[in-house]
Amino acid sequence: MFGYILRRLLSAIPVLVIVAVLVFLMLRFTPGDPAAVIAGDNASSEQIALIRNRLGLDQPVLTQFTIWAGNLLTGNLGESFFFKKTIAELIASRIEPTLSLAFATILIAVVVAIPLGVLAAYRHGSWIDRIVMGFSVLGFSVPVFVIGYLMIYVFAITLGWFPVQGYQPLSQGFGGYVQRLVLPSLTLSVIYIALIARMTRASVLEVLNEDYIRTARAKGQVERKILFRHALKNAAVPIVTVVGIGIALLIGGVVVTESVFAIPGLGRLTVDAVLARDYPTIQAVILLFSGVYVGINLLIDLAYSLFDPRIRY
Amino acid sequence: MMSRWKIVTAAAALLAGSSMAQAQTTMKVVMHSDVKIVDPIWTTAYIVRNHGYMIYDTLFSMDEKGEIKPQMVESYTESPDKLTYKFTLRDGLLWHDGKPVTSEDCIPSIKRWAAKDPVGQKLMTFVDTITADDAKSFTVKLKSPTGLLIFGLGKPSSNVPFMMPKRVAETDPNTQISEFIGSGPFVLKTDEWKPGDKIVYTRFKEYKPRSEPASGLAGGKVVKLDRVEWLAVSDQQQAVNALLAGEIDMVEQPAFDLIPLVKADSNIKLWTYNPLGLQYTMRFNHTQPPFDNPKVRQAVTYALNQKDFLEATVGNPDYYKVCKAMFVCGSPMATEKGMDGLLESNFKKSQELLKEAGYDGKPIVLLHSTDLQSLTNLGPVAKQLLEKGGFKVDMQSSDWQTVVSRRVRKDPVDKGGWNLMQTAWVSADILNPVMAGFFNASCDKAAFGWPCDEQMEKLRDDFAREPDPAKQKAIVEAVQLRWRESPTHVHLGQYDVPIAARSNISGILTAPAPVFWNVEKK
Repeated sequence: MFGYILRRLLSAIPVLVIVAVLVFLMLRFTPGDPAAVIAGDNASSEQIALIRNRLGLDQPVLTQFTIWAGNLLTGNLGESFFFKKTIAELIASRIEPTLSLAFATILIAVVVAIPLGVLAAYRHGSWIDRIVMGFSVLGFSVPVFVIGYLMIYVFAITLGWFPVQGYQPLSQGFGGYVQRLVLPSLTLSVIYIALIARMTRASVLEVLNEDYIRTARAKGQVERKILFRHALKNAAVPIVTVVGIGIALLIGGVVVTESVFAIPGLGRLTVDAVLARDYPTIQAVILLFSGVYVGINLLIDLAYSLFDPRIRY
Repeated sequence: MMSRWKIVTAAAALLAGSSMAQAQTTMKVVMHSDVKIVDPIWTTAYIVRNHGYMIYDTLFSMDEKGEIKPQMVESYTESPDKLTYKFTLRDGLLWHDGKPVTSEDCIPSIKRWAAKDPVGQKLMTFVDTITADDAKSFTVKLKSPTGLLIFGLGKPSSNVPFMMPKRVAETDPNTQISEFIGSGPFVLKTDEWKPGDKIVYTRFKEYKPRSEPASGLAGGKVVKLDRVEWLAVSDQQQAVNALLAGEIDMVEQPAFDLIPLVKADSNIKLWTYNPLGLQYTMRFNHTQPPFDNPKVRQAVTYALNQKDFLEATVGNPDYYKVCKAMFVCGSPMATEKGMDGLLESNFKKSQELLKEAGYDGKPIVLLHSTDLQSLTNLGPVAKQLLEKGGFKVDMQSSDWQTVVSRRVRKDPVDKGGWNLMQTAWVSADILNPVMAGFFNASCDKAAFGWPCDEQMEKLRDDFAREPDPAKQKAIVEAVQLRWRESPTHVHLGQYDVPIAARSNISGILTAPAPVFWNVEKK
């Protein structure tokens, strides 16, 4: 097992290197000039050139890359062109909201979607199955910002149960932390409930037709145990995959929800950095997201062996 | 049984608690943008200028009537030959670290500002020396008289000549400062500043305001709030929702289409704090055909009209003004001299001029920004009007930052260059031909678009040399007449965006920039 983990971690290195090179080159070859953004409307070409020089953007691309890669190897992610802060500081300040939102969303999604999916499979073809599948289609189809605005209108503006926007760090109180997480997590969880419920239904449905389920029933096993002990455990591999990829997506891709609810997470940091052409920040954040994907994929693979003893590494 | 003494003590504690709660007033605001950069000299971004007004102070300031008044300066003298100015600082000026503000701090601050700002650059061509006489006074000696000295030191908008401690002001003007200490009425809470989330300011308790009442950016900066938080809410709808729900106290620039929503709520009040507002502008690239030909640029001034742009972007006539004065309607230099017949969509005249100019029908590249709501609708209107005026237009859409990076390129249009772009100026930045960057026609030294016009530059120099406002106005008229012959850019109308604030907020000042002294929260 340890050998497998080590091999996987080593194989992640070329992936991250390729990502780093691609991101670096793509940013340098797409239109955009941070110096022009900083200099403003009045600036002459000479002033823009001076700022470019101070930012090191007038150096050849290879030199810029060598400097950046060298810093990266020493654990230095660099400093943002705009925010007078190091990128490590920026990421550290943004990671809590993103992780909180991601885990709250997945928690809600798993708690709601797996029982729904199992139920839909168990009552295959019934009105319960149709309702769950109908909700699933709706969850996929309605854009996340529409759900967000509806939730805000109903629960924040009309009923006043939750704040309209903002994030409160856990260190400032658990009550406020949860209160500000509820609406964005519920909003985001809709699509994951739809996805996981559908996947669970399909997997469990397939397993329910297996001989060992028939055998369990013949032995007089109660239905609840058959569903959750035998069927769900055997259907877990694709569900774990979906949940794992969901977490990875949530860490890197909740831009719209973070914008709608004004949550200062990594998604908004990425968008702000892209819009301002803050190259060092974009490079670091994308590299971080790649690392997260690699790590979560490894965890998913390891989790397979927990649910399916036939899988061994 | 609780003793009488305990009851009295408890009541006193309760009262003390409630009065402390009353004293601690926090105002939560959504500004037009998040504060990413905190050096108001390094960049011209308006949000950074607004941040500057929180923590820094200025030697002079513009009042509500547009007049420049002393702010950090207690008094100043002018020699009869108008070549020597002696400035004395007010007593009790302190930096946020408790050290006194001295003339040794002010001199590098002026120099750093002047290295970046167009008015400052022009001003420095007149300056012979700036020397400190003692800790509280300094002298500026000029080579020749100019009206720019006092005006420049009281310049209200980007870049504002904010005073910084000597060690900070000596930072290279093209490098961002790394220490954020001012002598202004608020202190930046660096430990609470989280870019993308919020920036926090607290009242500077040692700040000594002037005795005069606040007027515009001038007068006494009396702070009535203990804490101001600028929250980064990028979604306009959400900013207004938070205001309606009472979670925040103010939105600096609510989107025009959300204003009816705000107006319908009796708990919200709209404040027109900056009546001069902003001006939409179209810029030519003078280095590329066909706009290297003045006749083609003149054709544009005939083809366009301001109302169509303002209707498409602002929509509500309460918030826009058709205004042919290039230096802003409502300002001392406002005049319509030389504007007869222009900006009235006279397509026939435009077509005639294009024919005279020998325009070959090659499509002109119009840069169109799609992600800034205030600018997005300008492009399609420009395309339609220009096509009716005889141009062929290739409108190329992209995000604003791509426009910004492309507009500084001088390449031919088929190699990533451009012909036309549109933007907006805060009116306080364009009140005369020296301030207004688009009138700078000094070829390569000019801002993007790079107009090259010796006559215009001579008029700008004349303006800079002239201290008499009446004579300045005559020069402005001459500038507009020259502009008619050789347009540098086209002004597309004036508009203003009101502040939306909860009704318990009062004291918002009428000024070119939103400021938080004098503001009260009840």
